[in-house]
Amino acid sequence: MNFPILSSLILLPSIGALFLFFTRSKSENKITVKYVALFTSLVNFFLSIYLWFLFDQTTSVFQFVEDRVWIEGLINYKVGVDGISILFIILTTFITPLCIISVNNSVTKRLNEFLIAILVMETFMIGVFCSLDLVVFYLFFEAGLIPMFLIIGIWGGARRVYSAFKFFLFTLLGSVLMLVAIISIYWITGTTDVVQLYELGIDTKYQNLLWLAFFSSFAVKTPMWPVHTWLPDAHVEAPTAGSVLLAAILLKMAGYGFIRFSLGLFPSASEVFTPLIYALSVIAIIFTSLIALMQEDMKKLIAYSSVAHMGFVTLGIFTIQQQGIEGSIIQMISHGLVSAALFLCVGVVYDRMHSRLINTYGGIVTIIPKYAVLFMVFTLAALGLPGTSGFVGEFLILMAAFKDNFLVAVLASLGVIIGAAYMLWLYKRVIFGKLINSELKKMIDLNKSEAFTLTCLAIPTLYFGFYPEPLINTIEVSITDLINTYNYSVASK
Amino acid sequence: MINNIELIFPEIFISLSIMFLLILGVFKKNSSKIIHNISLLVLIIAAVITFNETIGISRTILFNESIVVDYLSSFMKIITLISAFVVLLISSSYLKTFKIFKIEYPILILSSVLGMMIMISSNDLIVFYMGLELQSLALYVLATFNRDQLKSSEAGLKYFVLSALSSGLLLYGCSLIYGFTGSTNFNFIATQFNTNEYALTFGIVFVLVGLAFKISAVPFHMWAPDVYEGSPTSVTLFFTMVPKIAALTVFIRFLYVPFLNLIDQWQMILVFLSIASMLFGAIAAIGQKNLKRLIAYSSISHIGYALAGLATGSNDGIQSSVIYMTIYIIMNLGFFSCLLMMKRNNVYYEQIDDLSGLSKNHPLLSISLLIILFSLAGIPPLAGFFAKFYIFKSVIEQSMYFLAIVGLLSTVVAAFYYLRIIKIMYFDEEKDSYDKDHSLWLKLSLTVSTVLILMYFVFPSELIDAVSKINII
Repeated sequence: MNFPILSSLILLPSIGALFLFFTRSKSENKITVKYVALFTSLVNFFLSIYLWFLFDQTTSVFQFVEDRVWIEGLINYKVGVDGISILFIILTTFITPLCIISVNNSVTKRLNEFLIAILVMETFMIGVFCSLDLVVFYLFFEAGLIPMFLIIGIWGGARRVYSAFKFFLFTLLGSVLMLVAIISIYWITGTTDVVQLYELGIDTKYQNLLWLAFFSSFAVKTPMWPVHTWLPDAHVEAPTAGSVLLAAILLKMAGYGFIRFSLGLFPSASEVFTPLIYALSVIAIIFTSLIALMQEDMKKLIAYSSVAHMGFVTLGIFTIQQQGIEGSIIQMISHGLVSAALFLCVGVVYDRMHSRLINTYGGIVTIIPKYAVLFMVFTLAALGLPGTSGFVGEFLILMAAFKDNFLVAVLASLGVIIGAAYMLWLYKRVIFGKLINSELKKMIDLNKSEAFTLTCLAIPTLYFGFYPEPLINTIEVSITDLINTYNYSVASK
Repeated sequence: MINNIELIFPEIFISLSIMFLLILGVFKKNSSKIIHNISLLVLIIAAVITFNETIGISRTILFNESIVVDYLSSFMKIITLISAFVVLLISSSYLKTFKIFKIEYPILILSSVLGMMIMISSNDLIVFYMGLELQSLALYVLATFNRDQLKSSEAGLKYFVLSALSSGLLLYGCSLIYGFTGSTNFNFIATQFNTNEYALTFGIVFVLVGLAFKISAVPFHMWAPDVYEGSPTSVTLFFTMVPKIAALTVFIRFLYVPFLNLIDQWQMILVFLSIASMLFGAIAAIGQKNLKRLIAYSSISHIGYALAGLATGSNDGIQSSVIYMTIYIIMNLGFFSCLLMMKRNNVYYEQIDDLSGLSKNHPLLSISLLIILFSLAGIPPLAGFFAKFYIFKSVIEQSMYFLAIVGLLSTVVAAFYYLRIIKIMYFDEEKDSYDKDHSLWLKLSLTVSTVLILMYFVFPSELIDAVSKINII
C-alpha cells in the first residue's frame, strides 16, 4: 500500500478546519487564521499537482485506488481517480486558496467560521470527485449542503435566508430520489462499487427509472432548466467567495455525475433520454441567455450565464462522442475558472461601491484600468472568444452536436451569439460609457491580492485557450474507454 | 420450577430497590438527594447485570413461557436503563429550579423503567399489559409532577384520560385474541392462528391501535404535543425516548412472534401508520413556535421511520428499526441537553425565538445543536443519515418503493423546520446570553452525544454488529 494520497487530499482541509476550530480567536488575529487556512489549501493544491504529475495518462483504469471495508458487507470506502475526475480535483484545490485569499473585504464578521466552512466544503468536494462507491459519493454530495447553507445564510446579503433555504431544499429534494436509486442498485446487483458495477452492468429493464432518479438529483445541481431557479438567488445572496465556490465547483459535481454515473452505469437509458437532455439543454441555453440579457444585477447576470454554460455542458455530454464529452469537461474547467473570476470581478467593485447594479457603474475604464483589462479577459473568455479556454469547450461541443443533430446544434449556436451579446453589453455598460456617477471617481484600482487572484485565473484561461493539449491528453483515454463501453452495451442490447 | 431465575435479576433488583427507597424516603427527612443518587446507582447496576447476561445468551423462556429473555430484550433493556440513567443525571438542576426535587421523582422513574423492562421481556398478553400499566401509571404522575403549573396538570390529565382509553382498546383486542385462540401466550397463539384468520385480525387491529397510541403514531398522536409541552422538560425528555423503546419492542414481539404468518393483514396497517406519521410529523412541525411541541412532532415523524423498518417483515427491518431508535435516542439526548441549558436567572426558555442569535454568545452550544439538528434532518455524514439509510435499505429490499419515496420526501419537508431553528440560531440577531454555569453532567451528555453523532461515520460497523444478533424470525 502506497501513501494514501487521495485520502490525504480529502482529509487535509478538514484537519486544517479542526485546527482553526480549536484556535477560536478572542483577539482578532485574523491574519494568522487566514494564513493557516491558506497554508492548508495550498498544501492541498501542491499535493494535487503532484497527483497529476504521477498520473498515468495512457490508461483508463482507476489509479491511486484505496479500498477499505467501511460497513462490513455493505459499503467499502473506495476512492480513486481516472482521467475524468482528476481535473476536477485540481480545479477544486486551485479555486479554494483563491477563495481564501479573496475573503479580505467581503467577509467582515466571523472570519474564523467562514474559513472553516470553506475548508470543510473543500473536503466534501474532493470527496465527491474521487469516490468510487455510490454511497460514499452520495455522502459527500449531500454533505456539501451543510457548509454551503451556512455560507449563504450567515455571510450572505439581504435575502440570504430565503436563498439559503431555497438552495438547501431544492438540492435535497433532488437528491433523495438518487438515494432510493442507489439502494435499489445495491439490491439489484449486490454492490455499490462503481468499478464492479461498470463490469457487471445493470439490467436494462431497471435502467430507465434509475436514470431518472439520478437525473432528478443532477438536474437540480447542474442546474438545468426548469429547476435552475435556486441558482440566481443563491449566487446573488452568497458572499463573493461563496459564489465562486458555488459556480466554480459545486455545479461541476452534477456534470461529473452525468458522465460518471448516468453514462457509465445506465448506457441504454442514456440513449433513451438523450432527446430529453437535448431539449432541456437547448431551452436552458437560449432561454436563460435571454433572461441574462435583461438583468440589472451583475451577479444575477453571471448566474444566468452559468445556467446557459451548463446547458452546453449537458448537451456535450449526451452527444456521447469523443469531442462532445471532451468539450464538456473542458467547458466545465473553463467555466470554473471564468465564472469564478467574473464573480471575483463583481466582488471587487461591490467591495468599493456596495452595489451590484449595472447602472451604478459606467465609464470606469479610466479610473481603474487594471481592473478593466482583467475583466475584459474574462468577459471574452465567457463568450467563447478563440484563444480562451471558453472557446475550446464550446467549439468541441458544437462540433459533436452538429454531427449528431443539426437542429440542436444550430439552436445552441444561437445561444453563443446571445451569450456574446449579454457579456459584451455588460462590459460596455460597466466599464465604458460616460462617467455619470461622481462617486465612482473615488474608486481605487485592484490591490495586490485582488490582482494576484485574478491573474492566477487569467493565466490558465488563456493558456488552455491556446494550448488545451494537457487537458485533452489527460482525459482522452478515459473518455474513449467510456464511449467504447457505452457503444458496446447499447449495441449488445 | 424456578430455573434460570438469574435471568430476571435486574427486574427483581429494581423492584427491591424501589421498595427500599420508598421506605427510606418515608423515614429519613430531606433524603431526596440520597435517593436521587441511589437511584442512579440502581440503574447502573441493573444495566451491568443485564449486560453480563447478554454475553453468550440464547433465547430462554421462563415462567410458563410468559417471559422471554433473548438478545433483543437485553439490548433494549440496556438502552432503556442507560437513557433513564442519563435523564435522571441531567434533570437534577432543572428540578431544583422548579423546587420539585423530591423523592418521588427518581422512584417513579424507576417504577416506570421496571414496567418497561417487563414489557420488553413479555411473551404473554397479560404480562405485557401488566408491564404497560405499571409504566403508564408512573408516567401519568410524572407528567403532572410540576403540579403548581396549570399546564403540567393539564398534561397529566390529558395523558391519563387518553391513555386509559387506549388501554381499554388494547385490552379489548387482547380479549378478542384470547377468545379466538384460547391463549394469551405468544408462542401458543402462533400455533393457533390458522383457523379464524379474519376474526383474529380484529384483535390485532385493536392491539395495534393501543400500541400506536403509546408510541404516538399518527392518527393516535393527538396527546403527544400537549403532553410534551406541558410536562416538565426533564420528563418530556423521558417521554420522547424511554417508553417508545419498550413499546417498539412489544410491537416487534407482538407482530413477529404470534402473527408473522398474518403479515398480509398487518403490513398495510403498519405502512399506513408509518407514512401518516412521517408526513404528518413533518408538516405539522412547520408551524410550531415552542421547541417542546416541535420536538413532539419531530418524534412523531421519527417513530414513522422506525415503523417503516418494522413494516418490512424481515429481520433486516427489525434490526434497522432498533438502530434507528438507538441513534434517535442519542440525538434526542443531545437536543434536550441544549434545551436544559437555555436558562437565564432561574427561568427556562423554550420558545424557538429564544434561540435567536445563540451562535454569537454560545458558539459551542450552538455548533452542537447545529450538528444535532442536521443529524435529525438526516443529512450525511451525520448519524441520523445512517439511521435513515439502514431503514430505507431494508424497506427497498422488500420492494416497498412507495414507502421509501414518501419517507424520503418527508425528510425534505422535515429538513425545513430543522433548518428554521438553525436559521434562528445563526442568521438572526442575538439576544441576552444564557447562564453558562451548567452542571458537569449536562455538559458531558451534550458533548458525548454530539461527538457520537459527528463521528458515527468513522465506526458505523460497531452498532450494526451489536444489533446483528437480534434474531426474531
